[in-house]
This record gives sequence, C-alpha cells and structure tokens, in this order.
Amino acid sequence: MHDPLHARRTRSATRLSTACALTLVAGSAVADGSLVVSNWDGYMPEDLPDRFSEASGTDVEVSFHATNEEIMGKVVASRGKGYDVLFVSSPFAEALHELDLLAPIDRAKIPNLANLYPQAEELAYDPGNTFSVPYAWGTTGLCYRSDRLAEAPDSWQDLLDPDESLVGRTTMLATDRWLMGAGLLARGYSVNETDPARIEQVRDDLVATKRTLLAYDDTTFYSKLVSGEADLVHAWDGWCNYGIAENPDIRYVVPEEGSDLWVDTMVIMKSSENVDAAHGFIDYVLGAETGQWVVENIMYKVPNEAAMGNIDPAMLESFPNLAMTPDELMQGEQLRDLGETQKAYTKAVTEITSSR
Amino acid sequence: MRAPTALVLPGLAWLVVFMLVPCGLILVYAFLERGTYGGIDWLFTFDNFVRGVEPLYVSILIDSALIAGSATAVALLLGYPAAWGIARAAPRWQTRLLVLVMLPFWSNYLIRTYAWIVLLNREGLISRGLVDLGVIDAPVSLLYTAPSVVVGLVYNYLPFVILSIYASLQRLDPSVLEASEDLGAPPWRTFVRVVLPLTMPGVAAGAVFVFVLSIGNFITPDLLGGGRVVMVGNLIYDQFLSARDWPFGAALSLALIAIMMGLLFAQAVATNRGR
Amino acid sequence: MAAERPAGTRGALATRLWLGGVLCFLYCPILVLMALSFNRAGLPTVWSGFGLNWYAELIESPEILSAARNTLVVAVASTLIATALGTMLALGVARRAPSSALDALLFAPMIIPDIVLAIALLSFYSLLNLTLGLHSIIASHVVFNIAFVCAVVRTRLKHFDFAVLEASEDLGASRFTTFRRVTLPMILPGVLAGAMLAFTLSVDEFIIAFFVAGPGESSTTLPMRIYSMIRFGVTPEINAMATIVMLFSFTLVLLSQRLDRSATLPDD
Repeated sequence: MHDPLHARRTRSATRLSTACALTLVAGSAVADGSLVVSNWDGYMPEDLPDRFSEASGTDVEVSFHATNEEIMGKVVASRGKGYDVLFVSSPFAEALHELDLLAPIDRAKIPNLANLYPQAEELAYDPGNTFSVPYAWGTTGLCYRSDRLAEAPDSWQDLLDPDESLVGRTTMLATDRWLMGAGLLARGYSVNETDPARIEQVRDDLVATKRTLLAYDDTTFYSKLVSGEADLVHAWDGWCNYGIAENPDIRYVVPEEGSDLWVDTMVIMKSSENVDAAHGFIDYVLGAETGQWVVENIMYKVPNEAAMGNIDPAMLESFPNLAMTPDELMQGEQLRDLGETQKAYTKAVTEITSSR
Repeated sequence: MRAPTALVLPGLAWLVVFMLVPCGLILVYAFLERGTYGGIDWLFTFDNFVRGVEPLYVSILIDSALIAGSATAVALLLGYPAAWGIARAAPRWQTRLLVLVMLPFWSNYLIRTYAWIVLLNREGLISRGLVDLGVIDAPVSLLYTAPSVVVGLVYNYLPFVILSIYASLQRLDPSVLEASEDLGAPPWRTFVRVVLPLTMPGVAAGAVFVFVLSIGNFITPDLLGGGRVVMVGNLIYDQFLSARDWPFGAALSLALIAIMMGLLFAQAVATNRGR
Repeated sequence: MAAERPAGTRGALATRLWLGGVLCFLYCPILVLMALSFNRAGLPTVWSGFGLNWYAELIESPEILSAARNTLVVAVASTLIATALGTMLALGVARRAPSSALDALLFAPMIIPDIVLAIALLSFYSLLNLTLGLHSIIASHVVFNIAFVCAVVRTRLKHFDFAVLEASEDLGASRFTTFRRVTLPMILPGVLAGAMLAFTLSVDEFIIAFFVAGPGESSTTLPMRIYSMIRFGVTPEINAMATIVMLFSFTLVLLSQRLDRSATLPDD
C-alpha cells in the first residue's frame, strides 16, 4: 500500500519537468531553412555567417570542432544527422565520401566555382570537385623567431633532432597526419605511406623527438613564439601568419625535404535537409569579395583566383607565404585518405604522444 | 515495511537505463573491433586487452597511479593539520571555516584548473615573481610537467580531504585524549598512537576520494599537462575523439573501473574492520 | 573536542598558521583571476587601471549569452527531474533493509570517472541513433544528480524517526496529512539543499556535456565554451568569465548553506 497523494505529487512533478524538457527539445530543434555549419574556431571571418544570412535569408548556426578527428567522430557516430556543411581537411572529406555520408556537389548551384584556380579543380583526392569544394590550402612547415636562431632552419631535422639550444623550446602539431607527416617527410617517405615497417620507423623517430619538445600544440604555438617560450615550432603556414602579425621577426619556411599540400574543404552532408541552401552557402564563400575578405581575415591562402588577385600587395609582402603560387603549392604531396592504414597511424600517434 | 516500490522505481529505472546499460555497452565494446573510420565492427576480439597490457599502456597506468598517489599524499599532508586547526577552533568558527574551505570546491572545475595556468605560465605571477626576486634569470614556464598536474589535482580535491578528516576528528571522544595525556604521553605520541588510528576512516575516505578522482581525471592533465603528461583519462578521451578507436577506449575504461572498485572495496573492508 | 583548549599554545599557533596557509593556497589563485579580470590591460604583468571592459565584451558576445542560456536550461531541467526522482528514491530506500547492491547502484554515478560515463552515454545514444542536443545533456546530467540528491536526502532521513509517522497515523491523520505535516517539513531543507547541489553540479559539468551535446551553438553549454576558450590560451575574457562563474557558484553554495547547514556535512 502506498501513499497515493504523495506519490501522485511527485509523479506530477516528474511529468511537469518531463514536459518542460520536451518543450525545450522541440524548441531547440533547428528551424526549417537554416544551416548548421561546423568549422574550426576562428577559421572563417566572424561575420561571414551573418553576411550570408542577410544575403540569402537563410539562418546559419555555427558549430566548432577543434580537430578533424573530433568532427569525424561525431559525424560517423550520428551518420551526419544535425549537420549540413562541414569544413574538413581533404583526407577526411575523402573518408566521408567512402562512407557515403556526402551529398554530391551540383556544380550548377555553385557558379562561383569558376573563380577557382584550374589546379584547384584537379586535386588528387577529388578531381573535378564532385563531393567537396576547396576552401583554403597551404603548406606545413617551420615557424621560427629569426632574431633568436643563429641560422634559419631549412630541414625537418632542425625540428625533429634539434640543437642543444633548442631543446625544450620547440613544439609540434599533435594531429595525426601532420605529426606523422613531419617524420615521414624527414625520411623522404610519402605522407601517405602505408608500409608498416616505415611507419614504425617514423614512430620511433618521433618518440625520440618528444623528449626534446616543450609541448604538442595545435592552437597556441604562435603565441609561444611571440612570448618567447618557444623559438621554433611546427606550423601551418597561415597560422604562422598570426605570429608574424604580432612580431615581424617571425618567419615561415618550407623545409627542403618538402611539405604536404593540405586542402581544407567544404562538404555537404547527405543527411542535410537544406542541400540547396548548403550549395548557396558554398557559392557565397567562393565569391571573389568573400574570398578576399576570408584571406584578409584568417590570413590563409584560398584557391580562389579571383579573390587572390585582389589582395593588397603590401599584405603579400608582410606575409610571404600568402604569395605562394598554385604551381609552387602543387609541388607538395597531397594528403589522401589512408583507409585501413589509418589505424596504424592513430596507433603510432597514441604511442608517440603517450611515450616518455 | 510499508516502503512503496512505486517510489523507488522511476529513479532506479533512470539509473538502469542511463547508467547501467551504457556501462554494460562499454563492457561489450571492449571485446569488439573498431571500424575503419571509427565506430564499431561487431567482431569479437581480445586484441584490445592484449594491447592494453603492452608496456606503453601499463606505464601510463603506473604513471597515472603515481601522479594520483602524489596528489593524495600531498593533499593528506596539507589537509590533516588544516582539519585539526578547524576542529580546534571555537565552535561558531568551525562552520564558517568549513564553508570557506568548501566554497572553491563547489565552483567550476575548469576554472579552478585554469587559474593555475594563469599562475604557472611563463608570463604568470609565479614566474615573474621569481624573476623579480632574483631567484631565476629569465621567466620560465612551470606548466606541462607532472608536478604541475599534481598541484592542480591537490588544489581541486584538498577541500574534500579536509572535510573528511574534520568529520572524523569531530567524532573523537575528548576523554580519550585526556586519558592519554593524563597517562603522561607527550602530544606527539598521543597523536600517533591515539588520534591518528581513530581518525583513519576519515583519512581513508579522503585518500580514496582524491586517488580515485585523480587517476581517472582528464581535465587537469589536459590543461596543465600540455599533451606531455598523459594519464589514463587523456588516453580514453583520445581514443574516443582523436583515434576513434572506441573498443580500445572501452577496454581502458574497464581497467580504470576495475582499479577503482578494487580500491573502494579495500576501503570498505578496512573501514568495517575498524569498526 | 569542541570544548578543548589546545595543550600547547605553540602547537595551536602552528596549526592556525597552517590553516591560514591552506586557506591562502585555496583562495589565492581565485583572487588573482578576479583581480586580473578588472585589469584594463588584461595582462598579468602590467596593471593599467581598473576597468570593466572585459565584462562588457563578455556580455555583448552572443555565443556566451547563448551558452549561458543553454547551461541554465540544462541545469533547471535536470535538477527538477533529479530532485523529484532522487527524493522519491531516498524516501523509498530509507525504510528498506540496507542493501549493498542498491547502495552500490546509488553511489555508482558519483564514483565512475566522468570520462567513462561520458563515453558510455555517447556510445549508448549513438547505438540508438538518437539525435543529440540539449535533451541528451539533460538526460545525462540527471544520472549523477539523482545520486547526489538521493544521498543528501538520505542523510536527512537518517535522523528521521519513522515511528513518528506511524504515531501520526495512529492518531487518525490521513496519509496525505502525515506527509504534508510531518515528512515534508522534515525533509524539505534536505531536498532543497540537494536540489541546489544538483543545480551547481549541472552548471559546472563539462566532460559529459562535451561528449553528448549536439552540434551547433544551440547545444553548447557554458563550460564547453569556456573549455574551447581556454584551449586558445590565457585571455582576459576568460578571467572575466571565470569571475562571474565563481561568484555565481559561491552565492549558490552560501544560499544552500543557509538552507540546511547539516546537509553539507557528510555523515558516514
């Protein structure tokens, strides 16, 4: 026998709170005709979504992911539900395509594709841009304080096997492909290497490097250069520009062994309910004006010929890596999806970052 | 007993559905393979456990235990005298002091850890202070080392240790102390032979709390360790978000839970024996 | 213990100094943060005057406001649900014979490492193909909140003499009246303390929210926002944010303290 009134009171309290929760759920569902876009924080001008909304009438909700792996994890887990447009690096775009999670790009809906450099339409991971559209591209190299280093670095070994004076004053990128990339290029291997023996070799090299590092850092390495905590860091070219902007003694160099050519792309999820609006968003981003605004804002190169043509020459002088031509870029090996071999890379990286 | 089952059912149901079942899922995942791009392949394997006992991962587990152990030791050393001080204070002050001690504990964990980033980084007060005092020549970063992680852990869990020891101290029968002193024992011996054993439950509870929360901690080694100090919590986080190797992450989680349950069991046994 | 005077005054002074030192250790970092948030320059090395500029920037930021709103929604919803369920649990369990299995279940959410709970819930939701959003965070927060509310109310109920209830009914009071006049007043401070505790825990919770939140701003909570801000380095905006969040917590806890002094002390 139980106390009916007491039980009833608490039950109705439960029902009330459940009802509240459900209303909130309904309310928090994304309204029709709006887009959810996921990008790295600070990787597009802050007002770009608003500008697009004004121009098109479609609301944009921005979600941030810190790494490709993070958004891949979320999207694979949810089969893409909840997202419309993703900004992901090329190997991950390829992987998403393999997983059949992407909507095909309808070129008719993106007239601004004409603004792209011809080389940007012939990229190895997606020739003809059938499931992705390039947003930004560049190299990975060494970002350093020219006033604090006796000689300018010119090889990956300067980072991987540093001088006494640099021990504890360097950082490396922590994300799989680029961490391994440095080691692979240093040995003259492909950045898409699949030979397990070579992967283990590189892993051992990088384990040794870890002992000389200050930290692994994807986001604040340039401020470590500016503050003087570090003198030589592993960096994406555009990100190094943030450092150069604060301290003109900072320079960027592509090591002699070469760099990868990374491309960050925009993809549309197959599960998107606003595929047309998504195409419209990409088209907007590829506009000449928007492209120029992107470059001035995030200081990365875009594969948008019309946009790059309008960049102030003074800016190109202050940030030399912005002036790299597509031909120069194409010398870098393009990152491709590794398929099954990805497991070996992630295992190696786990072993590197957790080693002592 | 007229204890109505209807009262207990909804809460229990929630816990079963949203805690037991998900944890059971983790148990299952630990025996499966990862999919190529993440996710799960429903293929049975022991590989995850085999991998888990590789020297690298065992050493991470040991490191985590060492860091958690250091944090526990420091917290106990700092906390016991503080708890003693509170217990010795005038009654009306005791509650106020306790509240003062516990206040930081109830605030945001991220922010409490961030406060140490501000203090310990190269431009932070401690570094600048040492330079100004002439102790060191150039500013230095005190972050990204195991000791900085230990400091962060101690800072976050010290209040609970103090609370736990205080609770034990409070229950001490003053006449026992008087008796010991009447018998001529010096204060130090009274403490070691009488007070300490009697307050063991509180000490043990505090110690287990700090250790268990520290060893599974993710935020403190992530923020204060800079990717160089890797503890089990970071490893699990990585497996789920970067490496997308959910089965391996699940296996690691099981190992962590096993350790914790072992400790809690030991504590329960010790406490019961003490009674 | 309460009536004792210290045996040796030197010992007493030493412990008082130690206690002072510990309190300093606990509060200095927080106070430093707060002080820095008012520094117009924002840098720890240069004090350029008192300013509220960083607070202004925070308040004007739509992402911060949206995150704060989401956090409150999650906290209120999960607290309501957890308080109802947790109190019922405590009441139902208090009169039963002690069962270690039940106890284990009730204490489990507090001791499972939150990262493990987070991944377990993500795996669970993902297996069910559930769309993630604020609702998934709410459901997840209820899990540990139930445990805390239940623990707090149970502590209150330990001092409760259930014979009083029987006496009340023997005297002819209906079940409802017994509940309203006897049980409820007795447990209400504990229930409210538990609710405030649950609210605080939910507001501060990061890792579970991080894993089970849906995409986009509409599903981002304040701790998630703070974490991504911290990853970009030390900035004055974080200091201002930290100060606000800390003061908010302190107020909540002090309020909860006034409501029920004994409910914050463990009773094991």
